[in-house]
Amino acid sequence: MDVRAQLSMQFNLDKCIGCHTCSVSCKNVWTTRQGAEYMWWNNVETKPGCGYPLTWEDQERYRGGWELSGSTLRLKLLKGPGKLRTLANIFFQPNLPTIDDYYEPFTFDYDNLFNAPAGDDQPVARPKSLITGEFMDKIVLGPNWDDDMGGSPLYATNDPNLKGLSASQKELLTKFHKLFYFYFPRICNHCLNPGCVASCPSGALYKRGEDGIVLIDQDTCRAWRFCVSACPFKKPYYNWDTGKSEKCIFCYPRLETGQANACAHACTGRIRTVGVLLYDADRIEQTAKSSDDRIVEAMRDIILDPNDPKVIEGAIKNGVEENWINAAQNSPAYNLFVKWRLALPNHPEFRTVPMNFYIPPLSPILHQAKSDSGGCFDPETSDFWNDIDKMRIPLKFLANMLSAGNESLVLESLKKQMAVRIYMRQQRVGDVGDAKVQSVLSDAGLTPTDCEDIYKVVTLGTFEERFVIPETHREIKSTVDPRTMYEKRGTVGFGNKKKELLGRSW
Amino acid sequence: MDQLLFGAVPYIAITIAIVGTIWRFTSHRFTWSSQSSQFLENKTLFWGSFPWHYGIIIILLMHIIVAIIPGVLLSLNGSIGFLYFFECSGLALGFLALFGLVALIYRRLSNNRVRAVTSTWDVIVLIILIVQVVTGLGNALLYKWGSNWYAASAVPWIWSVILLKADPNFIGTLPIITKIHIFNAMVFIAFIPFTRFVHFLAFLNPLKYLGRSHQLVRWYSRSERTENIRQMK
Ligand code: SF4
Ligand code: SF4
Repeated sequence: MDVRAQLSMQFNLDKCIGCHTCSVSCKNVWTTRQGAEYMWWNNVETKPGCGYPLTWEDQERYRGGWELSGSTLRLKLLKGPGKLRTLANIFFQPNLPTIDDYYEPFTFDYDNLFNAPAGDDQPVARPKSLITGEFMDKIVLGPNWDDDMGGSPLYATNDPNLKGLSASQKELLTKFHKLFYFYFPRICNHCLNPGCVASCPSGALYKRGEDGIVLIDQDTCRAWRFCVSACPFKKPYYNWDTGKSEKCIFCYPRLETGQANACAHACTGRIRTVGVLLYDADRIEQTAKSSDDRIVEAMRDIILDPNDPKVIEGAIKNGVEENWINAAQNSPAYNLFVKWRLALPNHPEFRTVPMNFYIPPLSPILHQAKSDSGGCFDPETSDFWNDIDKMRIPLKFLANMLSAGNESLVLESLKKQMAVRIYMRQQRVGDVGDAKVQSVLSDAGLTPTDCEDIYKVVTLGTFEERFVIPETHREIKSTVDPRTMYEKRGTVGFGNKKKELLGRSW
Repeated sequence: MDQLLFGAVPYIAITIAIVGTIWRFTSHRFTWSSQSSQFLENKTLFWGSFPWHYGIIIILLMHIIVAIIPGVLLSLNGSIGFLYFFECSGLALGFLALFGLVALIYRRLSNNRVRAVTSTWDVIVLIILIVQVVTGLGNALLYKWGSNWYAASAVPWIWSVILLKADPNFIGTLPIITKIHIFNAMVFIAFIPFTRFVHFLAFLNPLKYLGRSHQLVRWYSRSERTENIRQMK
């Protein structure tokens, strides 16, 4: 057993209002530099939809993540045994997304609004490309271009998660009374078996041993761009100006001092929680090799019980500090993913063992009325329970996104969420009946204490309850020459291309 | 004149290359990049980058191998069949590289996005390369059996340079186009540290990749200092 600590974020999709506050605060902190304008380390997508970059989940197109061939795990990018194949593509990568799959970053010609000569027409601000500086005829794509377009024939129908849905389920795309959509915020998953790290020929990407954050060493990156292709979540981004790849850094400078990530801190819906997990690094490969129907369970298995004395002993032996162990014992991550089994990983079948977890959305189950033919919920009864698997968002769709197609796991989570609601209704209104609550709770596998705790963390959670983040005291562990601070000033630590001698840069 | 161009310039070029590379690696490591622009344009790039890189890498390797073991080539070339084969495949690879290079130049000129990320250094790079490829192909087309006299006269000169007793007499009688080819090669070497040429000095890492384990973990608390932060004490 090799006990290591991992930081993890959880998202309660039921509560995400799609306000993009998270994306904007991330952008303001990290990616307002030239070459990074198009990057959204945190982005929020509408599901069903195509996402950003377009159809990133379609690994036939991008070939990200891993595949099992026999008993060996290999990067899908390689298309054959051995790494030689990767290197053969070093000069041109057939599966690399280009800027047109994200969007051409633009600004507007605001000057014209102030300086236009007097005339008969209102002055306008035309869009201008941030790459070439030239005017653009029209803007054809943006980071959340299909925002709120849940029923659109162009975007929603091309969602890769619709595979395996029956024709009647697919009516959700066309029939107005069946339409639905929900929001899906994404950051890098800081995977245990990251495809990005495994693909980098320069060895520039690495996972930090202490907290599991995956980073790109900017001085070692040589712009081979394999990480962009090999990450199935498309979370490393290529900076076309500096010629380096960049990715979500889990706000490690904030986390190290005990602050929450910029996105999570700003979240208006308070849907996010951050916590520590202890895991067994010896079993990563075995976990990544589990079959699709077992992989989520295998991921729960590899997370260790932070209260088990053996685990604590192993953690101490590996140098995990006491405040980290304490944090792991109070971790919302452990509770939501392992203890209550409410949260699920995004696309575990890509086999990167992602370490962010999502509570599947329950709504809008109560809005599909029985009177509306084909509906399943009868608003005249008080039975909220029986037809939960016939809700408006097809289980299959959620399962394709969050559990490698395993519907029972999604169902389990939804039942639990519903049980908490029924329990709380009995507490507050008292019209459900104790016997009913009893049977619902035992059916869902929750105790009244669990319900209280879940209710607390997903609805009322205070800052300290949602973000259990231990400090690292990195200042006493490493010596950083203060002069590097000035060298990287103005680039949030990423470094600058020098404008020296001839023209722009090298 | 020859004494200057082929006696002194090689050392100047090599010194610039070595000192410049060390300087850039220690003080500007962040700028060390292949500066790929595939992200901005990937259709023409396919027709440029693949033929160019594979053509030029094989030709360059041949130059290096022959420089190391000229005798082997000379004796092999004794057989007319091999000579034909060697010269023809060299020529074919040369045209492959030229085709790729022309496509790359066309791409840089015609695509607005790629132009936006083109620096003066990139223009210099392309000029050096096109001169090199065109003179190389000119050699092969105008003067027969270049591989033989490369091994017989240029290689001894290269060795004389390496052994620090540069002797321009070895190549004094070569045609002007060959001399341009050789001189341009030295310019190329001198420019390595200052342009995107540095990316081929990074070939060691990709080779290491073949042997390393897939996942890399760094512990900042297990060493005195973080590996990714340079010390300037
Ligand atoms: S989600 Fe993050 S850690 Fe996982 S493969 Fe992608 S970039 Fe790497
Ligand atoms: S800030 Fe929170 S609620 Fe708003 S879009 Fe982001 S995750 Fe959703």
